[in-house]
Amino acid sequence: MIDIQSVSKSFVTRDADPVHALNEVSLEIYDNEFFTLLGPSGCGKTTLLRLIAGFEAPSSGVIRIAGSNVAALPPQKRPVNTVFQSYALFPHMSVAENIAFGLEMQNAPKSLIDERVREALEMVRLEGFATRRPAQLSGGQQQRVAVARALAPKPSVLLLDEPLSALDLKLRKGMQSELKRLQRETGITFVLVTHDQEEALAMSDRIAVMRSGDVLQVGTPRDIYDNPQDRFVADFIGESNLLPGAALGRDPAKTIVVRPEHIVVSPASDGARGHARGAVSAITFLGSDTLYEVVLEEGARLHSRSRGGAALATGDMVVVDWARDVERELAN
Amino acid sequence: MGPNRTYLLIAPAMLVIGIFMVLPLFLAVAYSFMTANPYGGVTAPATFDAYLQFLYQRDFDDGLVFSPSYALIILRSIYLAIATTAICLVLGLPVAWYIVCQTPERRRILLFAVTLPFWINTLIRTYCWILILRDEGLANGALRHAGIISDPLPLLYNDGSILLGLVYTFLPFMVLPIYSTLERIDPRLIEAAHDLYASRAAVFRRIVWPLARPGALAGATLVFAPALGSFLAPDLLGGGKKLLIGSLIQMQFTSSRNWPFGAALSTVVTVVVLTVFVIRSRKAQEERR
Repeated sequence: MIDIQSVSKSFVTRDADPVHALNEVSLEIYDNEFFTLLGPSGCGKTTLLRLIAGFEAPSSGVIRIAGSNVAALPPQKRPVNTVFQSYALFPHMSVAENIAFGLEMQNAPKSLIDERVREALEMVRLEGFATRRPAQLSGGQQQRVAVARALAPKPSVLLLDEPLSALDLKLRKGMQSELKRLQRETGITFVLVTHDQEEALAMSDRIAVMRSGDVLQVGTPRDIYDNPQDRFVADFIGESNLLPGAALGRDPAKTIVVRPEHIVVSPASDGARGHARGAVSAITFLGSDTLYEVVLEEGARLHSRSRGGAALATGDMVVVDWARDVERELAN
Repeated sequence: MGPNRTYLLIAPAMLVIGIFMVLPLFLAVAYSFMTANPYGGVTAPATFDAYLQFLYQRDFDDGLVFSPSYALIILRSIYLAIATTAICLVLGLPVAWYIVCQTPERRRILLFAVTLPFWINTLIRTYCWILILRDEGLANGALRHAGIISDPLPLLYNDGSILLGLVYTFLPFMVLPIYSTLERIDPRLIEAAHDLYASRAAVFRRIVWPLARPGALAGATLVFAPALGSFLAPDLLGGGKKLLIGSLIQMQFTSSRNWPFGAALSTVVTVVVLTVFVIRSRKAQEERR
């Protein structure tokens, strides 16, 4: 659906220093998929989204949407609609007028517009709100209007720029599954930009992890969680222990990545043999889980998360162990 | 705080408004119903004569003869004020939009440039237009130099030059309020409209203009009210050949010594401007609903 080939983007700041927002990024986004661009702020994810939408032009490289090069097309000529982080609802129009806007601009017949507006309102469960102004809606409702407005013209691709970041946690969770449902129902390709790795894991078919203008890894959520190919990805997605090889008596040029939930901590007095020995330095009770912080004898620090929890106290000498197949070895 | 203390606190403000705004207005209305004193000022008895003068003249037998010349002056003044407002709007909107689209630094410079004329006395600035527009002036000189004309064009002393002077004087009052509303428009709204297939023209018609309209309305009232009463540009650039209401009022209080008629004319101007204000705020209220 979207084919991005060696796309670069640099901005020139006021001090005339070029800033490289994207370095030769190549990506392929498939038909009917929920694709997420994930990374910390400043990683270039929003820039990439704006390039797809057409608000900015790439410095070099080619973007194809549905097979055709969109380089020469302004945003209004691209089969792509955007849900903005700030929603950008037109304050002087009612909810229905906002949703109808895209269709009106395409000169759709009145009857079709009315039907689509009704459909869109139904889809985002705002049936009674057609005549309200955006200012009369809550943040969550505004967000749903923004989604309805972008979906009403039935674009080939829906771009979502951190759409949930302004919502509180509970609403955010609800909207996550709502967006997922909308993507399934409409069959439209969704491209989501977020810095929230949990959100990315929960919603996406595939994720591209970005940092400093580069795509580090592309894959399914499970793939990226289980097989991070980079220290940054391992650290950014979920929680990870990044242990220097030396601390485990292995190749010092490697970093060993282990998820906290895979690490078993047992008292050293049991005589168990593990990957390393250490002392419990902190215990945090998390409800269903307990988090142990262990300082290894070689100085590294790691976290273990276990259900229930062994009878351990701070200062106890422990052995840490994990199955060999859950760890990943990365070059430093 | 008791109600008495509250009144005490707002008293200074009420006093200022009362002395400098309400009282003069009241005096103007009161004077307009008096008889003219030939040496200036007004005397008893109260009369409607000043208002009759709009449409009638007294002949030698003290009979009333229909004479619309003053009414025509009023109508022409209103027409010129409306034209000034319209031209200021057509010029001011793109100028304000252009300024908004610049970098913050250039915006500051351009805004300063818009307010720059305020630093020079209006009288001097209006005189300068005479130097530019007269037969031997800069404009005709340049055109002759370029070989476009051989005889000077009559650029001065007509409705066109009055209009030019009015637009020149009041344009900043249109640009600034429009600028302040345009500046508050979230650029994302424009991106969103483009994203939803709107052409540049449609973005202007459907997004920018509706959101800029409050500023344009404020600018229109700020231009219309003073343009209606203005007498500098009409006197200097119009050559005093055709009177406008501002000059007419000024004359009644000076050379003509007909204070009641001057006051009646002022009252009419005030009523016209107030009517425009009321219509405007009614409309604004309707839109907010």
